[in-house]
Amino acid sequence: MGRYVARRLLQMIPVFIGTTLLIFLMVYALPGDPVRGLFGDKGASPQVIAQLRHEYGLDQPILVQYWHYMRDMILHADFGTQVASGRPVTDVLGSAFPVTLRLAAVAFAIEIVLGIALGIVSGLRAGRATDTGILLVTLLLISIPVFVLGFILQLVFADQLHWTDPSVNDPTNYGQLVMPGFVLATASLAYVTRLTRTSISENLRADYIRTAVAKGLPRRRVIGVHVMRNSLIPVVTYLGTDIGALMGGAVVTERIFNIHGIGGTIADAITRREGTTLVGLVTILVLVYLLASLLVDLLYAVLDPRIRYA
Amino acid sequence: MTIIEEVSVPSPRDGDGGPLLEVRDLHVEFHTREGVVRAVNGVNYSVSAGETLAVLGESGSGKSVTAQAIMGILDMPPAKIPQGEIRFRGQDMLQMSGEERRKIRGRRIAMIFQDALSSLNPVLSVGYQLGEMFRVHHGMSKKDAKAKAIELMDRVKIPAAAARVNDYPHQFSGGMRQRIMIAMALALEPELIIADEPTTALDVTVQAQVMDLLAELQREYNMGLILITHDLGVVADVADKIAVMYAGRIVETAPVHELYKRPAHPYTRGLLDSIPRLDQKGQELYAIKGLPPNLLRIPTGCAFNPRCPKAQDICRTDVPALLPVTEQDGGELPGRASACHFWKETLHG
Repeated sequence: MGRYVARRLLQMIPVFIGTTLLIFLMVYALPGDPVRGLFGDKGASPQVIAQLRHEYGLDQPILVQYWHYMRDMILHADFGTQVASGRPVTDVLGSAFPVTLRLAAVAFAIEIVLGIALGIVSGLRAGRATDTGILLVTLLLISIPVFVLGFILQLVFADQLHWTDPSVNDPTNYGQLVMPGFVLATASLAYVTRLTRTSISENLRADYIRTAVAKGLPRRRVIGVHVMRNSLIPVVTYLGTDIGALMGGAVVTERIFNIHGIGGTIADAITRREGTTLVGLVTILVLVYLLASLLVDLLYAVLDPRIRYA
Repeated sequence: MTIIEEVSVPSPRDGDGGPLLEVRDLHVEFHTREGVVRAVNGVNYSVSAGETLAVLGESGSGKSVTAQAIMGILDMPPAKIPQGEIRFRGQDMLQMSGEERRKIRGRRIAMIFQDALSSLNPVLSVGYQLGEMFRVHHGMSKKDAKAKAIELMDRVKIPAAAARVNDYPHQFSGGMRQRIMIAMALALEPELIIADEPTTALDVTVQAQVMDLLAELQREYNMGLILITHDLGVVADVADKIAVMYAGRIVETAPVHELYKRPAHPYTRGLLDSIPRLDQKGQELYAIKGLPPNLLRIPTGCAFNPRCPKAQDICRTDVPALLPVTEQDGGELPGRASACHFWKETLHG
């Protein structure tokens, strides 16, 4: 187990180097650069631009830039400076990250509670009206684009019913985060529901469930202990990989609800060709992704004793 | 102070002298998209305490469905029991509430399934699954239940029970897993055990061990045992009487050794003839011609008629009733019955 974790952590190093390099190269391949972006349409004298490019190290070959970037990041925890604002990237991360983390946490909670609950109800009544209804709703949730759903909810719950604010002005207020959290969670929620449903209705037909019934166990024990333990294994896998997706995929949701999290920052960084900011943000997301999947793999062994780590 | 004389209170194990379990005219059908599958079409049998009834038949003969109807573990729907009685100690279980039946399941009637690997929950330790019986039915604490589980594993001769109680089903060999199934069925010392092909998934040497263990425990607890199998070899050693099933009906019943000596139904004869024998080594093995009947369209008359070497016109029109058979001189043959229009020819011919 310890060796397994150590090996998995070591495997993260090449993944880490690979992703950062890839993003660095991709930003470099895009036309335009952050210094020109600073001046917009006005244009500036080539001397000034050359001067600034030299200051930010943008006149050096890309691999040298990458080398300096990595050296500063690993040795000094220095993620560079944002050209547009002049703020250190760590600063930008520090303000955007907690906001997205809170939003993702709210979405994740909604996804787990609602998704699994609906999946159980649906799975236990597979083939009947309730099940068909839930499947229809999940299909709808998967097909509606996030921005459409976001606007509809804003219109109904904020403008008409006044239950909540249309946009988030205080990202530490969890009450305001419920609606954006739900919007962010919708697609995943629908998948969790369907996954749980299939898993449960399949396990209900398993031989060991027949045994559990033959043992004279009450129905709630048959379902709660014997069906659930086995049914949640695939759901946990999905949930684990979804943590990263929720954090990185919040771009649209954050825009709709005016949340200044990672999503918006990434979008800005791309339009401004801010390579350093982008790499820093994505690096953190990649790490979150890797750690979450490691966590899921470890959780697997707890849920399913047949899985052993060597 | 008076000393109360010891009165012999009839323990539930003694019953009223009648059979422990009596199945009367049981019908089970499955409503599927293709139509109504008539899996059981009027089965009658009974088992007394301490007795072993072997129910013999090929796949689809309705032997397992009958057992599941007795246990009350059929999924209804699609299954339906339109007719019949299942009397346990004289009480018709089909009239009981779901909760009443649940309390009988596992505690008074227990079942052993064929494939222990898929019949045990893969993600719960065997100790947990055994202990669950005591926790649910007797409200025992987790700790006491585990102690009981170890005791049970010892009882069914699993080596190093205390060390293995926290192991999971996949960590045991096939024979040991089947012992755990048996232990689970025995946990609350039920009055009746239904074993549905308990040795089919095991190799031959282990089969004998498991059957011996089951027979030994049955004697010790004086349980009734319904042994469902298609293996005539397993039956001969342990059963008291046999019921042969075909297409959802019982076609012959007999005390075990008489059936082997003189079958009274052409189907039974066919089954016996298809056992490989050492003195016929090298010769082609006999097989009953044709295929088992499609339960959606059971042949009219005797369901066996398309495959029967003795079939006459009457076999294609009239369903033969299961009736007692006698010696040629009219002498009684207790416990014997056959559902064949030509039982005389088959038995005495």
